[in-house]
Amino acid sequence: MSLTQNSAERPDTASQREDTTAVLSVRNLRVEFPNRHGTLVALDDISFDIAPGEILGVVGESGAGKSMTGNAVIQLLEPPGHIAAGEVRLSGERIDNLSEEDFVPLRGRRIGMIFQDPLTSLNPLFSIGDQLVETIRAHLPLNEKKARAKALDLLREVGIPAPETRLDSYPHQFSGGMRQRVVIALALAAEPELIIADEPTTALDVSVQAQILALLKKVCAERGAAVMLVTHDMGVIAETANRVAVMYAGRLIEIGPVDDVIQRPQHPYTEGLMASIPGLGARRERLYQIEGAMPRLAAIPSGCAFNPRCPHAADRCRQERPSLLATSQGQAACWLHDPVNPVARRPLQETSS
Amino acid sequence: MLAFFIQRLMQAAFVMLVVALIAFSLFHYVGDPVLNMLGQEATDADRAALRTQLGLDQTILVQFWQFMVSAVQFEFGISYRSARPVSELILERLPATLELAIVSAIFAVVMGIVLGIYTAIQRGNWLSRFIMTASLIGVSLPTFLIGILLIYLFAVELGWLPAFGRGQVVELTSWWDTGLLTTSGLRSIILPAITLGLFQLTLIMRLVRAEMLEVLRTDYIKFARARGLSRRVVNLRHALKNTMVPVITIIGLQLGTIIAFAIITETVFQWPGVGALFITAVRFVDIPVMAAYLMMIALVFVVINLVVDLLYYAVDPRLRVQGGGK
Repeated sequence: MSLTQNSAERPDTASQREDTTAVLSVRNLRVEFPNRHGTLVALDDISFDIAPGEILGVVGESGAGKSMTGNAVIQLLEPPGHIAAGEVRLSGERIDNLSEEDFVPLRGRRIGMIFQDPLTSLNPLFSIGDQLVETIRAHLPLNEKKARAKALDLLREVGIPAPETRLDSYPHQFSGGMRQRVVIALALAAEPELIIADEPTTALDVSVQAQILALLKKVCAERGAAVMLVTHDMGVIAETANRVAVMYAGRLIEIGPVDDVIQRPQHPYTEGLMASIPGLGARRERLYQIEGAMPRLAAIPSGCAFNPRCPHAADRCRQERPSLLATSQGQAACWLHDPVNPVARRPLQETSS
Repeated sequence: MLAFFIQRLMQAAFVMLVVALIAFSLFHYVGDPVLNMLGQEATDADRAALRTQLGLDQTILVQFWQFMVSAVQFEFGISYRSARPVSELILERLPATLELAIVSAIFAVVMGIVLGIYTAIQRGNWLSRFIMTASLIGVSLPTFLIGILLIYLFAVELGWLPAFGRGQVVELTSWWDTGLLTTSGLRSIILPAITLGLFQLTLIMRLVRAEMLEVLRTDYIKFARARGLSRRVVNLRHALKNTMVPVITIIGLQLGTIIAFAIITETVFQWPGVGALFITAVRFVDIPVMAAYLMMIALVFVVINLVVDLLYYAVDPRLRVQGGGK
């Protein structure tokens, strides 16, 4: 698709990152789930920024902590999960320590969220007009009539045909793609500065996916909203994001401009991830597989979480955990990039058999 | 919508027909009423005359048809015991039972829903735990025992409330004497209403709680929170409406049970309602009264079920479109 053409227009956001200007700034975020047998660390030392108007893709396998990061930012973690350490700042203002009561006005107004499944995101017993109007009126000082007018504008904007006739329809009267458009309209109703889109296209048909992504990109660009796009689909990231963050076992292991990460991944896990995507690289007889599986949260190995599966793992990787280290374009949490004493890279062998 | 309504109406009519058949057959399995009514001195001619008068010389089918025709007009014949029309006896007693049933239903539904919501939202705090434990007692104790315990505590020991009867009644219309407008009437209804409603209350409460917990886990509740709606709106507007869909059915069925089970409460509190009338009828093998009572209870259940089906339509738009559109 139009990968290279897009990249020319993208601002180089990586170099101009600053805590004060970033819409979202996450520092050393740690999320814990205490249970009977001890404490599970679901997110460990996550740090990243999203600049205004920027789309940050967050990728990783199921259970890597992508959605958890989004839920932690908007404080919708399932109890007993909670933020145990670190900071979350929204436009420079600290929000991770707000009480539930103080956080409610932020949701929808300053941080919007879109969930994976449009079929279950809307309450089946309320018309979409009702759900839009209540959301608009929760945030903006509009009367019923003006809120309905705004609801119509929003539906028109997200591409619902003949919105006047659809406002009083119920969710089950819409197709999946149309429902996701309604969900986007709801998330954008009060013009939040940050949108967290948690797998917004995963539940949709491939043909509808592209439309929804284009729509999401368009409406966020028009409003200058920053987007945190959580997905496991690298194709979606390549199409949409400016930068990409790769997560593994609750840790952030690589972050950088999207084309660099896709074409020149710096972390061995990202390398494996890119090599195992069908269609992006050259056509192979067999798809590449990373040996083994991601560790359970209760059994994360010491040192680098990826070391048991890593082809380059050295003793140091098994003992010392690498933090994010600068690479040519971005950062990777890997001792291969230690500026003083890098671990030696072993030649990558094609998987035989 | 209309087709659905007519279909449900036909089903209701069929149920009533079957119940009528059972009620009718009561007359034929409990001995010859003519013998009971005329006593030992009567001649064969007297018996034949009464038989003709009651229509008992006709074939079974003709008799059933006549039973049905008069049942539709609320005519259930003459009570064997008091020699008065059964419909009159029932109508006289019905207001007492209906008032008791309605008051205890309101008590059960309102308290059940409120406590259900509370224990679902405040899951785990000590008050919810206490309510949940206490509700187990309500579910497991039999009605008559609860009634007797309440009488012992509030009427005998504390002397706050009367132990039996309906208190003073005032005439509302020619056929409705109400106890709800006098102080003694209101005081009298408290204990029986609690006795009758307690089981339903605990049932409704536990059901509302379970459904509510289920609904609170759904995606649309999480999305409603992510849209910035307050806890209050999310819980009481979004979650409650979804909770009510299955709860309505159970509440409907329970209302029928409240009227039917009023028999026990009415006996314990000597409440002058149809339940007490039925108990007396059973003791004296007063078949017309028993048949009429059976039909009445069946009618109550059928009507309530019909209303519940229609309420479903009002609450859940998904049914409205599927049923009405096609």
